[in-house]
Amino acid sequence: MTHSFARALGMRTILVLVFAFLYIPIAVLVALSFNEGGLPTAWSGFSLKWYVSLAGNSAILSAALNTLIVALVSTAIATLLGTLLAIGVEMRRQYGKGLEALIFAPMIIPDIVLAIALLSFFSMLNFTMGLHTIILAHVVFNLAFVCSVVRARLKSFDWSIVEASADLGASALTTFRRVTLPVILPAVIAGALLAFTLSVDEFIIAFFTAGAGRASTTLPMQIYAMIRFGITPEINALATIVMAVSITALTLSQRLNRGIIGQ
Amino acid sequence: MAPALVWLTALMVVPCALVLALAFFRRGIYGGIEYTFTLENFGLVFDPLYAGIFLKSARIAGTATLIAVLIGYAAAYAISAAPRRLQPVFLFFAVLPFWSNYLIRTYAWIVLLNREGLITQLLRWFGYTGEPPSMLYTEGAVIAGLVYSYLPFVILACYAPLSRLNPELAEASRDLGASAMTTFRRVILPLTVPGIAAGAVFVFVLSIGNFVTPALLGGGRFQMIGNLVYDQFLTANDWPFGAALAMALIAIMLLVLMAQALAADRASGRAAEAKGNADG
Repeated sequence: MTHSFARALGMRTILVLVFAFLYIPIAVLVALSFNEGGLPTAWSGFSLKWYVSLAGNSAILSAALNTLIVALVSTAIATLLGTLLAIGVEMRRQYGKGLEALIFAPMIIPDIVLAIALLSFFSMLNFTMGLHTIILAHVVFNLAFVCSVVRARLKSFDWSIVEASADLGASALTTFRRVTLPVILPAVIAGALLAFTLSVDEFIIAFFTAGAGRASTTLPMQIYAMIRFGITPEINALATIVMAVSITALTLSQRLNRGIIGQ
Repeated sequence: MAPALVWLTALMVVPCALVLALAFFRRGIYGGIEYTFTLENFGLVFDPLYAGIFLKSARIAGTATLIAVLIGYAAAYAISAAPRRLQPVFLFFAVLPFWSNYLIRTYAWIVLLNREGLITQLLRWFGYTGEPPSMLYTEGAVIAGLVYSYLPFVILACYAPLSRLNPELAEASRDLGASAMTTFRRVILPLTVPGIAAGAVFVFVLSIGNFVTPALLGGGRFQMIGNLVYDQFLTANDWPFGAALAMALIAIMLLVLMAQALAADRASGRAAEAKGNADG
């Protein structure tokens, strides 16, 4: 009896310590973003002034707009291509080793390697770099993630209903729209949300493929520059907003995926 | 599926092949690339100066991996011992920080560790009056940042086999007279090795090639392989050498992945054997 009590106490202690380790750094950041004085040394009252000052910072606003453009466009392309790739691979059930490696590679190649590879590639082609090259680059890893989420859903898909639909006279497009798509839609949306979050947060590849000049600075690039400069209360406020956005997107994505498992 | 494969080929395979090719050329006198074949760049990777950075990166990544696995396994074990209905909730909150921005999670440690940060404040509050301890811009800060960033994944990887563990196995072991420690070492641990290996490989691979954490928490002069690659491309302008360094990084990564595949094979072999013995 005492043994199992000690064990339960031990388990609880571990959980408390681990969650403290995971959440205290973030909590401090969020708390400081509402600190009137802005200094990490003393709490001088609740205030939203750092959020207000963010709204007046044109460099941050233009970086946020760039990030939104990159994330939306690369997510749209990656969702389309990744979904088609997933359907193609699963429908034919050809799991060649080379094909698997090609789809898996963007998820495991170190960011810095893909970043320098794309930089070398674009500059050798004398390609002018900017937001469009960041989008081209982001689609590479985003489509791999979308594809893996959709494939997971298709693993349990009964392809005979696609045949049945065709036998009953539906065109390929109608079959896709009325049979395949409704089944995979939650996974497609979950994949798109994941891709969007990854793109919003991605720093290294964007940094290397953005080209010279400040016109194509994305939000993570802006945050990196600010962090290197030092701690400012504005970063705390910006960090709080960015975290809130990505955590919301990912929570939605998780829910959709759980919906799939629940079905 | 064709457009996706074209995209991956044009913007991943070709650029990576280009980097591989680049590594065999010479750096031009004025920083460009001179197209004559050479193995010099790979020789330079083994130069004591650069080999030292590889060893340091491996040491830091190895330490971060060890700590992350110890904490992550303990956390996963505690979660799997919690009431069934609470487990998904704990797991969700353990993984949630992983989905927030990497730069911000790293920045949070600057806020904690800087000379006037929370830890110094706490020390003062407890009556400490001396110089603030220098914690930021050290190897320890880099390791802390890496552990913090990748811990959620280790918890997830270790939880999967722990939650599938048949509780009757541990009961049987104890009924047969094994102590709790022996049961853990001989029954639970071997069955959860694949999860530990997956988590460890993830932390090690992402840590050894990391560029952001050493740059932010290690300070301006702190270098790991990732920072060295960065410098060759953006400041030293020696692309061929940078390419050779990147290829060495990929080689290390492939070795680690192969070792993991081998370990997983042997673990599943052992599990099958143990099952065979039990059935026999």
